[in-house]
This record gives sequence, C-alpha cells and structure tokens, in this order.
Amino acid sequence: MTIDALPRVMSGASGRPLTLREHEVTFGTSTVGGALAGELEASGLMGRGGAGFATSKKVELLRHQRGHHKVVVVNAMEGEPVGHKDRSLLSSNPHLVLDGAQNVANLIGARRVAVCVSRKDSAIVNHVQRALHERERRGTGPEFILHTPPWRYVAGEESALVHWLNDNETMPQYRPQRPNVLHVGRAPALVVNAETCAHVGLINRFGALWFRELGTPASPGSTLVSVSGAVHRPTVLEVALGTPLRSILRAAGADPDPLALLTGGYGGAWISGEHLDVAYCNEDLRSLGATVGAGILVVIPRGACGLAETHRVVKWMANESSRQCGPCAFGLPALAEDLRTLLHDARDPHGVLVRLKERCEVIQGRGACRHPDGVVRLVDSALRVFHGHIDEHANGLPCPALTMARRWVAVPALEHESDLVWE
Amino acid sequence: MSRKADHFVLRVDPILCDGFGHCHELAPELVQVDEWGYPIIHEDPTPTSDVSLLKSARLAVRGCPRQALRIERTNGPA
Repeated sequence: MTIDALPRVMSGASGRPLTLREHEVTFGTSTVGGALAGELEASGLMGRGGAGFATSKKVELLRHQRGHHKVVVVNAMEGEPVGHKDRSLLSSNPHLVLDGAQNVANLIGARRVAVCVSRKDSAIVNHVQRALHERERRGTGPEFILHTPPWRYVAGEESALVHWLNDNETMPQYRPQRPNVLHVGRAPALVVNAETCAHVGLINRFGALWFRELGTPASPGSTLVSVSGAVHRPTVLEVALGTPLRSILRAAGADPDPLALLTGGYGGAWISGEHLDVAYCNEDLRSLGATVGAGILVVIPRGACGLAETHRVVKWMANESSRQCGPCAFGLPALAEDLRTLLHDARDPHGVLVRLKERCEVIQGRGACRHPDGVVRLVDSALRVFHGHIDEHANGLPCPALTMARRWVAVPALEHESDLVWE
Repeated sequence: MSRKADHFVLRVDPILCDGFGHCHELAPELVQVDEWGYPIIHEDPTPTSDVSLLKSARLAVRGCPRQALRIERTNGPA
C-alpha cells in the first residue's frame, strides 16, 4: 500500500488528530525492505526546519557517536509567528511524526525521544499527550517524553532547545566546532524538525524511490507551506518541491498579482512579485537570494508598503533577540531604528540608507546563532526588492500605504516595548 | 590535504563577550571595534611566524576580562 501523489504527510487530515488505529489504517504498518539508513540517504531528504541540511548526514553523524544514551529531540516549537505547519501536522497526524522520531531513534541507537512543543499551544500539547498515551499502551519503542518550553522566536533554535532540556533556559549556545554535536546531559542529541520526522516515517514505509516521485532531483519530496498575508484565508498546504510559486498562490487563494512575497520566515528574504514563475525549491529560490526556509510564504499586495512591513518584522525580531551577543542585542534595534527613520522622519535619508547598509555588513555572522544573520538577510532583501519605493520615502514623497490601517505580515504585539534596548 | 597548522585566527565567544574593548587596545592590528564597542576580528588567518602579531594576540587573550578570546590554529589560506 502506498499513498498516491499529494497530500503525503497530511493525508487523512480531518480536522482532528488521527488515533493510532486510524493512523495505521491510513498509512499501513509495513516497512520498506531495505535498511532505513540507506533509504534515507537515497531519498535525499532535506531538513524542513529552515536550514535545509541533509537529514541523512545529520543522522550519520549521530550514528557514529559513542554511547547508548542518545536522545532524539523532535522540534515542533514553530518559532515563526507566520508559520503553522508543525502545529497543523501535529493536530492531524501526530503518530506519523512520532513514528518518524521512533525510526530515527532506532537508527542512531537512542532510547529517549524528547518531543518539544511550545506551551503556548495548549491544544497541540494535548494532542501530543494523547498520542503518547496511546503509544504507551502498546508498550514498544523508545521512551517518549513531552517537553513544553515557553514560546520565543529563538527557543526553536536547536542549541536553545537543547539548552532548555539541560538547564530550563531557552538561550542559543555558542558552538565554534563544525560539525557540532549537541548534548543533553552527556548524551549526544539529534534535533529533528517535526515535519522532517513525518517524512522519515513515510520513507521508512514506502522507500526512497517513492519519496523521489515528487519534487526536483536536488530537493525531492513534498513540503508543507504556510501561506498568509493577502490570502483569502491563511492556510497550510502540502506541495511538491519545485512547484511554481504561481500555482502555490493559486491553491492558497492568494492575490494573483502581489507586490512581493516573504519567503522562508522572519529571517528569510523578500522576493519581488514579478518572480512568480520561479519554482519553490532551494536551488531556484537561491538565485533570488531566498530559501524555502521554514516553509513560509507571506503575500503582500500592490499598494502595501514593503518598508513598513519590514520595519515591523525587524522591530519584533530585535525584541526577540536573547540579548546574549552584543552585535545582535544592539545591532538589531539599531537596524529597526534606521528603518523607522527611513519610514517616518527622514531628515538625512541617504545617510541613513548608507548607515543601514554598513550596519548590515557589520552585524552579519557575529552572533552565536543565526538570528542576527536572518534579520540582516531580510533587511538586505528589502533594500533590494523595494528600492524604488524606499527612494520615494527618502525623497519625502507621501506613502499612501502608511495611512491605511491594514498590515499584511502578521507580527505579534511586543510584550515589553519599554524594555527595548535602543541606542 | 592537511598541512601543518602554521596560521592562527583569534576567535571570540560572542556570548561571553561584554564589549570591554581591551582586545582592541591590546591587539589593534587584529581587532576592530564596532559602534557598540564589540570586537570585529580580522578573519583571515595570520602566519604564526609573524611574532609581533602572535604576541599581541596572546596579550589580547590574556587581557580579556571575560576570557572570551582564544587563539585557534589553522592551516593557511589555500
């Protein structure tokens, strides 16, 4: 038994989580003949958490670590405020994710699986808890533990997550060595995104050849995309990698002729609305300076102000910095302040633009994690994509979008605006 | 091919670093500071044979109040 075409990881989705029995009816229990390690490598599965690193390489690295107390950490933190894919997945097919985590655990020889869901999403926590109880009654497989760290943007970063498991703190850690193995206590830990786990669960059932039936040779398989902004209704879609952006937008009921798209997430990049024929996969998006990232598309329509949207995102991201590294703690608020100046009171707009570009270069690559780099990438791409509109702002022309109440990129309210460390 | 590690780079742990700026004072050839006082370290490997630079790098490492700096041996540029 196999699953035809799409949806794959979302098949059987009915608006409530599938029970273990329903899950087994939908996906079957048989496994592919060959060893999973080989299948995983042949499938070419890339991690779906944002970095897009080959899962087989990561697994291979952990497999050759010593010790019998390895841990698999399932990352369903979903730090991106405009992303919903891990939550959608866990609220429809939680057992598929857990299956995949179990397979990975067996592969690297781990006895523990830590499932991390943000405590903000109590419904998802309940779904996972129920699924874990069902599996517990079966009494096989590794020991599953549910963890509920508080929700923050950086809490989903892998070293921050491991930090939570170790010390109940969600701060990213400094890891100079590459490749780097994180440890929970003394146990080597493998951090896998929830969606990646689900794909592993399917590869274990149907094999690499089946997996490669969809997608492009370089990025095979399907992926979940959260589309929001100028859409009829924000949705999570499962699409084959390499689908043109235009068809994704059509399927999501989005504005067919948008001004721009935010790809990858808050630490992603803007791409202009002219590039709708580009295929949705890393190799094609890279030519535009973007990546698939965490599977996020935010559509902003013509008439919106890209600069204003970028400013709101950067301001929020600056506040979400864990303030451990100077370039991030001071640099990101400075970027936000520069964008605000450009937007509202440009007394020396060209000077501000030059300073903004300089600051981007200075901040790039100087944090312990990739948080500042993501913001710099976003600002860079905004300067590139919206340069015409930014010139209008710089020359003091009125921006009609600023008087409209509607904003397109959903940004959570700042909790502690007074705490912001401005220059 | 692995060659003898005859170059070094100064590395900073950005989390430990609190921007005291001592490294910039002690090794101005290797460390610039940004507008917030945090070090921007020269990224290209320096040959170990450059004794004066290695000496100032060591001074910077010793002089860091947060002990955030270290010298990393690397191969030279390919």
